[in-house]
Amino acid sequence: MKLTGAQVLVKSLELEGISTIFGYPGAAISPFYDALLDSKLKHILTRNEQGAAHGASGYSRVTGKTGVCVSTSGPGATNMITGIATAYSDSIPLVAITGQVQLDLIGRDVFQEADITGATEPFCKHNYLVKDINQLPRIIKEAFHIAASGRPGPVVIDVPIDIQTQTVEFKYPQEVEIRGYKPNYKGHPQQIKKIAEAVSKAKSPLICAGGGVISAKASEVLTKLAERCGIPVVTTLMGIGAIPGSHSLNLGMLGSHGVYSANYAVNNTDLLILIGARVGDRALGTAGKIAQKAKIIHIDIDPAEIGKNVSTTIPVVGDVRLVLEALLEIVKAGETEQWVSMVKEIKEKRKKPVDSQTNNVNPRLIIDRLSQKLDVDAIMATEVGQNQIWAANNFRAGKPGTFITSGGLGTMGYGLPAAIGAKLGKPESTVVVVGGDGSFQMSMPELGTIKQEEIGIKIIILNNSRLGMVRELQKNRHNGRYSQVFLDCNPDFVKLAEAYGFNAERITNNTQIDSALDRFLADDRTYILECVVDSEEATV
Amino acid sequence: MTKHTLSVLVENRSGVLSRVAGLFSRRGFNIDSLAVGVTEDPEVSRMTIVVDGDDYIVEQVNKQLNKLIDVIKIRTLESSDSVSRELALIKVNATPASRTEIMQIVEIFRAKIVDVSKNTLTVEASGANEKVTALEDMLKQFGIKEIVRTGTIAIERGNRFIKAGNSEE
Repeated sequence: MKLTGAQVLVKSLELEGISTIFGYPGAAISPFYDALLDSKLKHILTRNEQGAAHGASGYSRVTGKTGVCVSTSGPGATNMITGIATAYSDSIPLVAITGQVQLDLIGRDVFQEADITGATEPFCKHNYLVKDINQLPRIIKEAFHIAASGRPGPVVIDVPIDIQTQTVEFKYPQEVEIRGYKPNYKGHPQQIKKIAEAVSKAKSPLICAGGGVISAKASEVLTKLAERCGIPVVTTLMGIGAIPGSHSLNLGMLGSHGVYSANYAVNNTDLLILIGARVGDRALGTAGKIAQKAKIIHIDIDPAEIGKNVSTTIPVVGDVRLVLEALLEIVKAGETEQWVSMVKEIKEKRKKPVDSQTNNVNPRLIIDRLSQKLDVDAIMATEVGQNQIWAANNFRAGKPGTFITSGGLGTMGYGLPAAIGAKLGKPESTVVVVGGDGSFQMSMPELGTIKQEEIGIKIIILNNSRLGMVRELQKNRHNGRYSQVFLDCNPDFVKLAEAYGFNAERITNNTQIDSALDRFLADDRTYILECVVDSEEATV
Repeated sequence: MTKHTLSVLVENRSGVLSRVAGLFSRRGFNIDSLAVGVTEDPEVSRMTIVVDGDDYIVEQVNKQLNKLIDVIKIRTLESSDSVSRELALIKVNATPASRTEIMQIVEIFRAKIVDVSKNTLTVEASGANEKVTALEDMLKQFGIKEIVRTGTIAIERGNRFIKAGNSEE
């Protein structure tokens, strides 16, 4: 069967089991959009290419499938770059397809030409510039394989417009053979044995669960391990949901923006078991100090993460789920009762009472109340800034993959389009996005996408009329010399919602929270709840 | 800081060199030299990379290079178990008075004169990095007009070899 390059792209996406893609058309990708008309693929027209990549990312996080985003050449592709980098930082599998100017014009700086394989090289797992139509089916197959296997990540396929119109006898490859890419899934049995020994001897072991636990679908086995061996669990920002938020062994998020109980445990453990966590500076900035007192086990699919930021006593390279399953078969619990009861007690004692100041809305209180009202399948997406931390520390994720945030790159404007992707991936789940007034406005045009797709997204804007996290940083680090953090002339968000035909309301104090949340969650339609927050409110 | 020599087999495709070079710059690794050429298999190129750094850096370089899809295999070569060579072309000022002395030095280093003009000599020298540097030092007194060095290439001694397939020893 002879197909054009554009048809090959569409057909291959179908064969990969893709049903929804996110994108924005343009001249250099126009043959693809033409071919799309003859396909059942659902295309979500975002309002900016960055929203397409974030949407695909949110979709991927809730479905476990590879997300697909499409843009044209030049500015379309450069707009998408932030989304690709965001996915790379958080190891989210994406395939990004970008149009490119015709092959023989590459390098001549023609209209809407940009070197996208060059530009994305530092923050994608791999990329391709298609130079031969005959290679296109293989390249697409490889791209999907690379994106989803090993440590997942984004792969970019840059397709010149003439490749899209040339024809080829189409045969989609069944297998891939990439000699330079062979991820190791099965952990070394000898190393796993060593972990089991270390666990049985430890008096105060601690699991630190990262995003890798969620992407490896290892939450269940991790929870079993923690329960059977009496090991408390702290999570990174990306690891939220790796163990249920309400689980008694879950001590919460660690790190500079984490909770006391989690950091206490990290500083007093004698065996720190890092699982699918990359020892980021925000989570374990003092890893070196911890390593002086405690043995460190590091389990990760990516060998390059092991030993990068902390020296490790027992390293294991492999799929987190397979390693933990093997470990669970042989491990015996140590004597940890004293340690467990101590950290649980600290967790209870140090739980910050959510104060009920009445001048404004307490952001912690509203997330806490919201969390109580949501069912276990509900998904929370966040923007970046104070809102992200308030959400992280007060939302109790019911299941893995229900807390969606830009953990590594910290991309403002991620939450809203990611929530759109999440809702399209799991239409039956309630999807809430929590944003600040600053970050919400970064992707605010995506409200148009919500309207067009007629989906219900629950939007909470924690409005402190500030770029709150930067304001706090300037307060603490620059002696309160506030520079460019004021957003006192924000739009009227309620009127803005009305312009799109969404329900909305503004609340200004804590007594309004409960009834407002009930209206907010009453049906499955989009609702913007603006909460006026004290401009001096602290992050933690 | 010590120097380490890495022998890296990569897919012979466009863009590979920029991926490798980009990785070094963005991870803050220092490349001393990098030499690339095709291998006995035309689809595979070999890069010989000399890295400046401690054991931690070399381990990181190894692991990060391994993450590149186009990188097939990496081996750190121990100087005791490998032969390394560098080629240099050195254009040096030569007057009728100094020409003989230059030629004597060239002979001692077992280098060659490959071009001559009224007031220059071009010397071709090959050897380990240190030998080439020593020759350069000796020729400095005459005034060096230009030096071109290839960077180090290296191969393991004896029966050991690195191949793209699994037939590695």
